[in-house]
Amino acid sequence: MEVVLNGVVTDVDQEMNLWEFLLSKELNLETIIVEHNEVIVKKQEWKTMILQDKDRLEVLKFVGGG
Amino acid sequence: MTDQLVIGGRSLQSRLFIGTGKYSADTLIPEIVKKSGSEVITVALRRIDFNSPTGNVMDHIPSGMQLLPNTSGARNAQEAIRIARLAKAAGCGNWIKIEVISDNKYLLPDGYETIRATEVLAGEGFIVLPYISPDLMVAKQLVEVGAAAVMPLGAPIGSNRGLKTKELLKILIEEIPLPVIVDAGIGKPSDACEAMEMGAAACLLNTAIASALQPELMAESFGMAVAAGRKAYLAGLGRTEKYASSSSPLTGFLHN
Repeated sequence: MEVVLNGVVTDVDQEMNLWEFLLSKELNLETIIVEHNEVIVKKQEWKTMILQDKDRLEVLKFVGGG
Repeated sequence: MTDQLVIGGRSLQSRLFIGTGKYSADTLIPEIVKKSGSEVITVALRRIDFNSPTGNVMDHIPSGMQLLPNTSGARNAQEAIRIARLAKAAGCGNWIKIEVISDNKYLLPDGYETIRATEVLAGEGFIVLPYISPDLMVAKQLVEVGAAAVMPLGAPIGSNRGLKTKELLKILIEEIPLPVIVDAGIGKPSDACEAMEMGAAACLLNTAIASALQPELMAESFGMAVAAGRKAYLAGLGRTEKYASSSSPLTGFLHN
């Protein structure tokens, strides 16, 4: 299946939950923010959210700004 | 003498708010915070670039700082509201700097969209600090819809040009019953000092420190300038005169 990750179509080989998917991207999970189909997903919900085909994910972090 | 700025129920000793952008390395930030004495610091929210992952600015912000995430990148109220909610969900607290910009040349803010976003977010309990052009009517409407302060620009963002909008800033300071925080364009400590002398409640700046040859030293200088300007405002500036007025007595001279 495919998900749209930060605007880019990305292949997902097997069924996995959001937490597993984020881990596979080698992210520091402590400091990121995730939107799933434009709804903010709380950290405690990452392991129970199974990714579906065509899901849209936005993965964000804080950067320097004025 | 206690002279604290209170915003959203938080008392602040320092009236200098600083940004975290444009530093050669985020590792400079703790020292910038320390030297400036600032208690409020801005951050931005962006998509992670999976091709070149970098560190997170939050790792370098000392604990106890009041975070002020901005909505930079938002082109309308809806996008600003979305970013504000994300920042809050990320544990950033409930302060938000509304920044709605669709003009890429001068980065001037959209007053109408800013008012709309402020109304929604203030209604949700956010402490909203909107970045605006120094427009009296926009500022008055922001008061109506629940802003916690207004943040008019002195000059375009990142331009270091100083208080080009001085006359309009004075009007806002006089007429708006909220803290007026001069945001954007301040280039020199003397600009910040002047804004404070005029009665601004605080100054927010980023580029002027980040682009200095020695950012830590400039941070310290800005901290002192803001404090000096505030004291001058409280002291009450003397009047200006066209002609000279001797400071020493005009009697008792040693000649006839």
